[in-house]
Amino acid sequence: MTAPRPETLAKLTPVLTKRWLSPDAWRIGTYEKLDGYAALRKAVKAHPDDLIQLIKDSGLRGRGGAGFPTGLKWGFIPQGDGRPHYLVVNADEGEPGTCKDLPLMTHDPHSLVEGVIIASYAIRANRAYIYIRGEAVHAARRLRNAVREAYAKGYLGKNILGSKFDLDLVVHSGAGAYICGEETALLDSLEGFRGQPRLRPPFPATHGLYASPTVVNNVGTIASVPYIVLGGAEWWKTMGTEKSAGPMIYSLSGRIAHPGQYECSMGITLRELIELAGGMQPGHNLRFWTPGGSSTPLLTADHLDVPLDFEGVAAAGSILGTTATQIFSDRDCPVYATYRWLEFYHHESCGKCTPCREGNYWMVRVYRRILAGQGTHEDLDTLLDTCDNILGRSFCGLGDGATSSVTSSLKYFKQDYLDYIEGRTAPKLSDKQLVGAH
Amino acid sequence: MSVFTDATRERAREIIARYPADRSRSALLPLLHLVQSEEGYVSPAGVEFCAEVLGLNKAQVGAVATFYTMYKRRPTGDYLVSVCTNTMCNVLGGQEVYDTLAEHLGVGHDETTADGKITLEHAECLAACDYGPVMTVNYDFFDGVDPQTALGVVDELRAGGRPMPTRGARLCTLREMAVQLAGFADEREGAVADGGPGEPTLRGLRLAEQHGISVPGFDPNTPIRSKAEADRAAAEAKAEAAKPVPAPAGNAGVGEPARPERATGSTAPDVKAPDDKSPEIRAAETRQPDASTAVPDAPGTTVPVDTTPPAPRDAREAEAAGVAANAPAGDGKPAGDEAGAQQRNLSEAEAGAGANGAGSAVASETGVQK
Repeated sequence: MTAPRPETLAKLTPVLTKRWLSPDAWRIGTYEKLDGYAALRKAVKAHPDDLIQLIKDSGLRGRGGAGFPTGLKWGFIPQGDGRPHYLVVNADEGEPGTCKDLPLMTHDPHSLVEGVIIASYAIRANRAYIYIRGEAVHAARRLRNAVREAYAKGYLGKNILGSKFDLDLVVHSGAGAYICGEETALLDSLEGFRGQPRLRPPFPATHGLYASPTVVNNVGTIASVPYIVLGGAEWWKTMGTEKSAGPMIYSLSGRIAHPGQYECSMGITLRELIELAGGMQPGHNLRFWTPGGSSTPLLTADHLDVPLDFEGVAAAGSILGTTATQIFSDRDCPVYATYRWLEFYHHESCGKCTPCREGNYWMVRVYRRILAGQGTHEDLDTLLDTCDNILGRSFCGLGDGATSSVTSSLKYFKQDYLDYIEGRTAPKLSDKQLVGAH
Repeated sequence: MSVFTDATRERAREIIARYPADRSRSALLPLLHLVQSEEGYVSPAGVEFCAEVLGLNKAQVGAVATFYTMYKRRPTGDYLVSVCTNTMCNVLGGQEVYDTLAEHLGVGHDETTADGKITLEHAECLAACDYGPVMTVNYDFFDGVDPQTALGVVDELRAGGRPMPTRGARLCTLREMAVQLAGFADEREGAVADGGPGEPTLRGLRLAEQHGISVPGFDPNTPIRSKAEADRAAAEAKAEAAKPVPAPAGNAGVGEPARPERATGSTAPDVKAPDDKSPEIRAAETRQPDASTAVPDAPGTTVPVDTTPPAPRDAREAEAAGVAANAPAGDGKPAGDEAGAQQRNLSEAEAGAGANGAGSAVASETGVQK
């Protein structure tokens, strides 16, 4: 393991993660010493429209996976319509491989709270919610504590910093449903219903929470806002690429020497990320990886130099997603990996639409059969046919995401499937597991 | 009449007060956490309580309670041990950890040990892949576990100890945790301060620190440009571009053309989506490949094989064998180990109905309002 080259190291851009090094940054006193709430003081003196323009100018795009321009989203909120507006933060981090929002909320919760206040001021919302994944208990603890501290200091509540702007912020814990990461399912869940996606249009910008204009943004997106307000759009654009501006937290996991969070300029390549992470683990050679969680099509060792920004990954036939790069080696089986992801999608399918509910149910069974050494060649056609019936025909992105690993693993690793079917690979699941696997 | 005291009702009122007055239903998820904190699971009485305080019927509450994984439908132990068996943790050894614990404790998924201490479950991705394989106890993390360390944790729990999580706060019971999930602060002295960041979380930062790397050019006093300023700058840029030659030095002043107070439609650089379509529409379009879209190995393509492909009859037999080995469950739930759990649920429900006399255990299924 050699040390990373200087030009690779130069791609590190510690911005959102920087305060994590200060063990007490979650306390408001420490946070204030580290530029905390300075952005808010600056923001409430500006006109809300100028803040929206600032975010547009910065080129900030959603960090939750879709990469929609944030300023544009804020600009969609109709102003002067007499209806209440809402800001909802999607903190339901659950995409397999993704682990960047939890540390941010745990170690620097005030940056999210400050971002919420500024964003609410910009879109003229007087109520904001952070919908946090139920299992994320420690992050929620710190976040609730941060909200309490912010109220006590007058950053939340009535007439914030003398600006005549009022805001109430509630941290709302979910209860264990991956689908609630889908924004309309999240809104249904927040309204006290089963978390099932809504038909769009109408979009949340006009009919969101309680059928009112609503902005739903990811944690990383909102936490970026104070930095843009402080440093300006031009500074923000010194990082990243032309169309994918800013820093991004890349979450590396798997067969590398040092898994972890690496905040880098967008457009870094996997080759460089692996270099930063100290190389592959001894005895492991890169075989396949996800650029942004399990809902993004797999890539292979041929894609080491793909720039990891929204455009670059799309050009390589995948999706940037949440920049959760899960790295697998030649000792890992792509068929088994895909099977486990499908178990996940099958378990998490909300059941609202037939293609996703039934398709994933049956695909899991086909995979179990293949992995138990009882697969047939027709099974591969069945899988592709099923994917064809899910992709684009399911109600929301969960169904689409489920097919990503199936079609991409069949594209790159068909021989692995054939080896199970034709008996060259020993069955990975026993008959017992065939029945019992949940 | 019920386990829910006036204190519970007071808390319920506090929860409801967090949401707009006419939107009290938003309080349902935290209320379900609240009733779980009293009984260790969402019982029929808990469903009834939520329905009563929100003015819903029990079917409406039951439908929500059964949708979410964290609402348990049977009594749980003091500690919920969740082992991640999603892909990454799985290949790193999470499945072994789960299998070892299941065998050691003598319980399966979503089952509780006889001493009422531990409920075991296998969990989907817990958002800590850089620490894999992970398990949680009452949702606080034990990172990088192997079968031995996991056994050590559960044995200590059963012996009455409370091992310290590797990240997160000191342990409390599952019921105490449910109070926090209902949105109340963790009142334990020092609990919020517990749990510093682990090394993987800081890895990139340490590297930057070690090599003295920071993002240059950050000036917290950068002004926020107002619309008037932006328009003026844009108008200037436009005027500059329109002029074929630089303006003579003496031109500035009285002869300068008046700038529009508010330009119609700012020409300030605007960030647009890669195209003007909404991402949903774009996704929908890309999802629908047409004839010109290259689809390698589309359905129907002959699969290249080393041997002769099986005759259709062989395939049918293979499929029949597969079906036989995968007996489908009746209710769309996974086959196999669920059947036992369902049976148990049913008998418990019947027993509960007998004990309560009024059949309240099945009321949540019927949707009858009292």
